[in-house]
Amino acid sequence: MGLKEKLHSIKEDFKGKKMAPAFNALHTFLYTPNETTHSGGHIRAVDDLKRTMNTVIIALLPVLVWGIFNAGYQHYAAIDAAQGVVREASLFGNFFTWDNFIMGAWTVLPLVIVSYGVGLAVEFVFAVIKGHEVEEGYLVTGMLVPLIVPVDIPLWMLAVAVVFGVVIGKEVFGGTGMNILNPALTIRAFLFFAYPTWMSGDKVWVHGAQAAAGTPDAFSGETILGSYAQNNSVVYDFADKFFGFIPGSVGETSTFLIIIGGLFLMFTKIASWRIILSAVVGAAVMGLIFNGVVDQGWITESSKFYGLMSTPFWEHLIIGGIAFGIVYMATDPVSGAQTNTGKYWYGFLIGFFSIMIRVFNPAYPEGVFLAILLMNVFAPTIDHYVVQANVKQRMKRLKLKTA
Amino acid sequence: MALLSKKDRGLILDPLADNNPITIQVLGICSALAITAQLKASIVMGISVMFVLGVGNVVISLMRNIIPSKIRIIVQLVVVAALVIIVDQVLKAFAYELSKTLSVFVGLIITNCIIMGRFEAFALGNGPWRSFLDGIGNAAGYALILVIVGFFRELLGSGTLLGFKVLGDPIAKTGLYGIGYENNGFMLLSPMALIVVGIIIWVQRSRNKALIEEN
Repeated sequence: MGLKEKLHSIKEDFKGKKMAPAFNALHTFLYTPNETTHSGGHIRAVDDLKRTMNTVIIALLPVLVWGIFNAGYQHYAAIDAAQGVVREASLFGNFFTWDNFIMGAWTVLPLVIVSYGVGLAVEFVFAVIKGHEVEEGYLVTGMLVPLIVPVDIPLWMLAVAVVFGVVIGKEVFGGTGMNILNPALTIRAFLFFAYPTWMSGDKVWVHGAQAAAGTPDAFSGETILGSYAQNNSVVYDFADKFFGFIPGSVGETSTFLIIIGGLFLMFTKIASWRIILSAVVGAAVMGLIFNGVVDQGWITESSKFYGLMSTPFWEHLIIGGIAFGIVYMATDPVSGAQTNTGKYWYGFLIGFFSIMIRVFNPAYPEGVFLAILLMNVFAPTIDHYVVQANVKQRMKRLKLKTA
Repeated sequence: MALLSKKDRGLILDPLADNNPITIQVLGICSALAITAQLKASIVMGISVMFVLGVGNVVISLMRNIIPSKIRIIVQLVVVAALVIIVDQVLKAFAYELSKTLSVFVGLIITNCIIMGRFEAFALGNGPWRSFLDGIGNAAGYALILVIVGFFRELLGSGTLLGFKVLGDPIAKTGLYGIGYENNGFMLLSPMALIVVGIIIWVQRSRNKALIEEN
């Protein structure tokens, strides 16, 4: 008797027991269940929830691998910079090295393990209490969470935030598919408001910066946005910013890999190209407005907004977390707008508000997570008006016909 | 309690749990969100409302047969405003710091929906003794939620209870802070108070299924 049959026979023993959902979750993780629906009309398709989730995870893997190497690279680069050695980033020269990988894996993998361990534990507990099957919803959230936090976030904080995000962001609304907010962003927002010293500033983005602060070996690892917000220039050139040799949250740095992941998601029709396209347009429009304000001379260099306002609109798109947010978070099919017209509005406003919050937020020069959460809340409103407009149009047509 | 008949006891005890003004009737939420960052402020606010509602209910109940019903809201406002001014002045005289923390929310007891709600729903139709019990009961239900919310917000947000550093000193890194614990700044913000109230409602409803509305 093979493993598969054994599992099926254990399943029969468990049937109707309290722990059945927990066992079934492990079971279906390994094998497709051998029961199928026999009667009734059904659409036959292979892209079930689990496959959808796995596709997103595949799109996230390159970003994760890059994040691991980059965590190590930034750590060593910052140490070098503190000693006066300026590093020129080269992909195979000093980026894909064992040192970087070991250091990066040592800091990033615990985040992944805590995120999945705690999140899935909460899902199991709720499945057993409510007596339904464990839902796959956390598979993607669990991968997104380590990618949108700073590398040095204490693990217990991450665990607290994951419990909060999964329970308050998802389970109280009824579980996967019922949530109004993106759970991964709920977790990030919780961390941001609860422990701001670990989520912003110039000491959290590079591994070891917090521990080294105040010692002779101190180094700072400010993000590009952080430097711009203080009207400072940065040493990174276009290639650094685009390919991701920059400090930042674990997964957000490489715009190049995010674009590849985004194309993959659009090709597999998991992510809506309408949202991605309109969000990019929205961000560009807001960036152009700010550039125009600077060109008109309404804002001078003495203004504290000058640094970020004068950033070219295309550069806004490749620095910070906006690319990551647009591709992997704004396209969440549950919390986003559902109608096609609504998706254009939803995406456009996300991009628009992201840049606006990024420029005007005095405490923290980034806004994409707040913009997406805001639009998550308004997505049903957008859909409502789209549907109403359609109803009105049809009523009008009907009247014309009958009159 | 032989002092109170079974019916009168219900006036006190029902608002504490299954007819709680905050978690069941969802009244008086604004002040519950605004002043519960510290336990002390929550307790003082609870006592203030208890005084205003207890005395106010008796006064309205005594006047219930002579108030012309067309102007009853104005009369009620005058009564509650007078009582609130007394509370405000007492706080300013004997607990100035605390009165600054509570700031405008003492004055806003006037607009607390629980008070007008009890005047309208109970004091206008019942005798003074029962109105008094009803007022104390509802204010106690309100105060209970305030204290629970204030307890968690102060403990997790500031690491203190009534000002005492129960979790250790965050600057000297003693107690829990020695092993890397940090205060949760989100707890000090009003949205978290709403979430804590929500969790209380959640717990209450899952313990008593009769509270869940059918739709």
